[in-house]
Amino acid sequence: CPPPLLTLSHISGISMSPSRQNSHHSLHSTMVLPKTSYSVISAFCTEENISQCIAYINQEVCSLGLTGVSLESESGGLSAVLVLNLLYEVLQLQRRAQRALHELETQQLKNSSDLEHLQHSNCRLKDQLEHTRRENSGLHEGERQLQLKIKTLQNCLKSEKEEVQKLQSIISSRATQYNHDSKRKERECTKLKERLNQLLMDKRDKKLSIEMSNYVGRSDGKRGLWKTSKMEARHEGEMYRALLSDYETRQRSLVLENSELKKVLQHMKKDMIAILSPKNVCVQPEPADDSLEQAVSEGEEEAGDRSRESLEQSCEQAREQLTNSIRLQWRKLKSHMERLDSQVSLEREGDEVMSRKEHEDEMQRMRLELQQCKEFIHMQQQLLQQQLSSPCDEETAALLNDCYTLEEKERLKEEWRLFSEQKRNFERERKNFTEAAIRLGHERKAFEEDRAVWLKTQFLNMTPFVDRKRPALSEPHGALAVSTEPEAKLQSTPPLVTKSQSYSVFSTPKAAPVKMPSTADLYRTLHLIPESRGHGKCASGKMLTKSRLRNCSTDCSVISLVRDESSPV
Amino acid sequence: MNFSEVFKQSNQLCKVSPDGKYLATCVQYRLVVRDINSLQIVHLYTCLDQVMHMEWSSDSLFILCAMYKRGLVQVWSLEQPDWHCKIDEGSIGLVSSRWSPDGRHILNTTEFNLRVTVWSLCTKAVSYIKYPKACQKGVDFSADGRYMALAERRECKDYISVFVCDDWHLLRHFESETQDLAGLEWSPNSCVLAVWDSCLEYKILLYSLDGRLLSLYSAYEWSLGIKSVAWSPSSQFLAVGSYDEKVRILNHITWKKITEFEHPATIINTKAVVFKEVEKRPVVGSEDLSIHQLTVDNSLFSTQSKYEITQLPAQVPVIKPDPDRANPKIGISTLAFSADNRFLATKNGTPLSITYARPVVDAVTLLVNSTCREVTIICYMMHLCCWS
Repeated sequence: CPPPLLTLSHISGISMSPSRQNSHHSLHSTMVLPKTSYSVISAFCTEENISQCIAYINQEVCSLGLTGVSLESESGGLSAVLVLNLLYEVLQLQRRAQRALHELETQQLKNSSDLEHLQHSNCRLKDQLEHTRRENSGLHEGERQLQLKIKTLQNCLKSEKEEVQKLQSIISSRATQYNHDSKRKERECTKLKERLNQLLMDKRDKKLSIEMSNYVGRSDGKRGLWKTSKMEARHEGEMYRALLSDYETRQRSLVLENSELKKVLQHMKKDMIAILSPKNVCVQPEPADDSLEQAVSEGEEEAGDRSRESLEQSCEQAREQLTNSIRLQWRKLKSHMERLDSQVSLEREGDEVMSRKEHEDEMQRMRLELQQCKEFIHMQQQLLQQQLSSPCDEETAALLNDCYTLEEKERLKEEWRLFSEQKRNFERERKNFTEAAIRLGHERKAFEEDRAVWLKTQFLNMTPFVDRKRPALSEPHGALAVSTEPEAKLQSTPPLVTKSQSYSVFSTPKAAPVKMPSTADLYRTLHLIPESRGHGKCASGKMLTKSRLRNCSTDCSVISLVRDESSPV
Repeated sequence: MNFSEVFKQSNQLCKVSPDGKYLATCVQYRLVVRDINSLQIVHLYTCLDQVMHMEWSSDSLFILCAMYKRGLVQVWSLEQPDWHCKIDEGSIGLVSSRWSPDGRHILNTTEFNLRVTVWSLCTKAVSYIKYPKACQKGVDFSADGRYMALAERRECKDYISVFVCDDWHLLRHFESETQDLAGLEWSPNSCVLAVWDSCLEYKILLYSLDGRLLSLYSAYEWSLGIKSVAWSPSSQFLAVGSYDEKVRILNHITWKKITEFEHPATIINTKAVVFKEVEKRPVVGSEDLSIHQLTVDNSLFSTQSKYEITQLPAQVPVIKPDPDRANPKIGISTLAFSADNRFLATKNGTPLSITYARPVVDAVTLLVNSTCREVTIICYMMHLCCWS
């Protein structure tokens, strides 16, 4: 049956994919069907050689591992099922083979691209390597050249140093040479001078002389003294004295300075000890250390006290002690300050917001104050400048000055007038007062007299001794009358004399009795008359007059007189 | 400032008497003495030759006129104008002449520095001192006038002789450790003698009155050394100015340097006050201190110059002198202490530089100090500037 065979080739013709066109030659073992192979297929299998073909196909199929086709001898035909199965298996095979081929092809592409890439990178790396090698060689070359340069420079330096040394030696040798030469020349010169001197001495053509009209006296007026060894000794002595006095003054000033400095150091030490005393040191990170130091500082204090006495003698030991103690205190102070600093920095990191705020507030306040003060000062400066600059106009300045002085003068006049007025009033009042006092005295006296008289009359009326008392009456009266006279005289003086003693009139009698007896007298008369009344009038009256007369002459016995009168009482 | 009329004088010989009552000027061979208040001529003396040097005696009673060419010295008296005195050095010549501090002896230095002759006006006696040294300052009298120090050079060595001015008795004669003594100066308290070497070596020696070496100070070697030296009035400090434009101050207790002052070309110290002189002259514009040609007419007095304070940093004009010449004009040329020991005035370099004044104890530099101190600067251009 040729139609099935035809269809078979037709199918196989169709199933040839276009992608396989290129590689179909490689699969010629499995597939060999060209398009125009109709005649080939027909050439392979004809109606006569079917069995051979089948046997051949079976052979081929067996070699491929597939089940063969068995012939059915009855009709001499093939079982279509078997053939189809065989065909199917062959197709499957082919499919698999194609897949494998595909895979292999992709693999191959990949490999080729990889290979290309590798080749490229290989080339690149080779180039790079070449390049770096070249660079390296260049750098080596450069380094070598620099090394050469260094060597040459070092050589130059060495040569220069040598040259310098050589030059220096040349200079020193030349200097010695010049010194030598100059010395030689100098010697020659002195020889010349000596010769010249000799010649001049010998020749004496022009004598050196001095002509003076008369001798001049010495500047200090003293006579000249002969030159003796005593004089020489005196000069030496004076010289040494001058030197000694200079040294002494210097030493004194140095001692003063020294003592000042020592005092300052002592104060510093005290202050430092005070600062570092246990109360002030708040943080003690190393308590053992501190306590030790404090104990040492206390010991130092005592030592300081002791050393103070020895310092007066200013011996070496005391000085060393002082300086050592100062150094120690200073070191402690420094460490204390460092501790404080660290403390402050620590605290600052902490949240002491309150204190900082306060601090800032205070700072603000202070800044404000400062600003105000500055403005104030500025204002003051301006005003001052104004004031200073304004009298540039001399006339107005003079005028102003005059005005001011006039004003002052006026004021002074006014005050002076007032003062004199007041003084006058004052005096008037005093006069009045004294007059009043005098009058009062008079009146009192009169009153007392009357009283006395009255009492006497009373007494006389009472007693039988009337007649004898009458002359006695006149006496005290007379005494009192006599007493009034000097009093009157005295009274005249107070207004004149008490100008300067105006105060004593108003003051208590005991306060100012010494100066002016007149006013004191006045008071005494005022006070004493009542006193003396009850104690024998005649005697007291006499005593009063005596005292008053005495007072007229003397000044100072006033107080004693007061006592005298009181004593017999 | 008011100026009087111009008086003629020659050789810059114009001196005020020590008691301040008279002014003496020399015009060629005449000596003119004027009263200083009225400027009337009080005395007129005629000398035998042109006067080269004129000096008042310390008590203002005599004037010395030296005529070097003829080797003559004439002395005139103010009290007795008829009194005359003539000292003739003879053929030995005369190089310098000066008074002794008591005003009764004249010291003449002969030519070639052969000797120093001491003439006494009280006794007409003559004394000779041999081998005096010819140097910058070879003779110095102590402040109280008691001692005279004289530098001598014998057998290529320096010696110092100390004389008692009373009777010129040689008190001490000792060798000085200098290579080439350039000068000596007594301290104001007359107890220490400062002796310094020539500028080839920086060395200053301190000798006590009796000839003992107290100390030696040398700041550096090889470069040019000391140019000027000044004592402070209290003898506590010694200022040494050198060619390296620095002033070093030594203290009198240890004779070691206590401080060093520099003279920089740019002043940047904020505590410094810089005064710049501004002149109002029609021809020349405002410029700082410069040398003017002194003219005979009164153009000098017609210039108005005032000093104004310049801003810091201030540039000090510096002219570099030729360093190859001998005695170059660099370095500290003049030093002067104020009377209260607190300030030091220095003049650096050429006359074109500005003077520095600074307190001695602090390192603060003040260019012309503040109130209440007087520093008189006589500039090369003949302006007398009094600073207070």
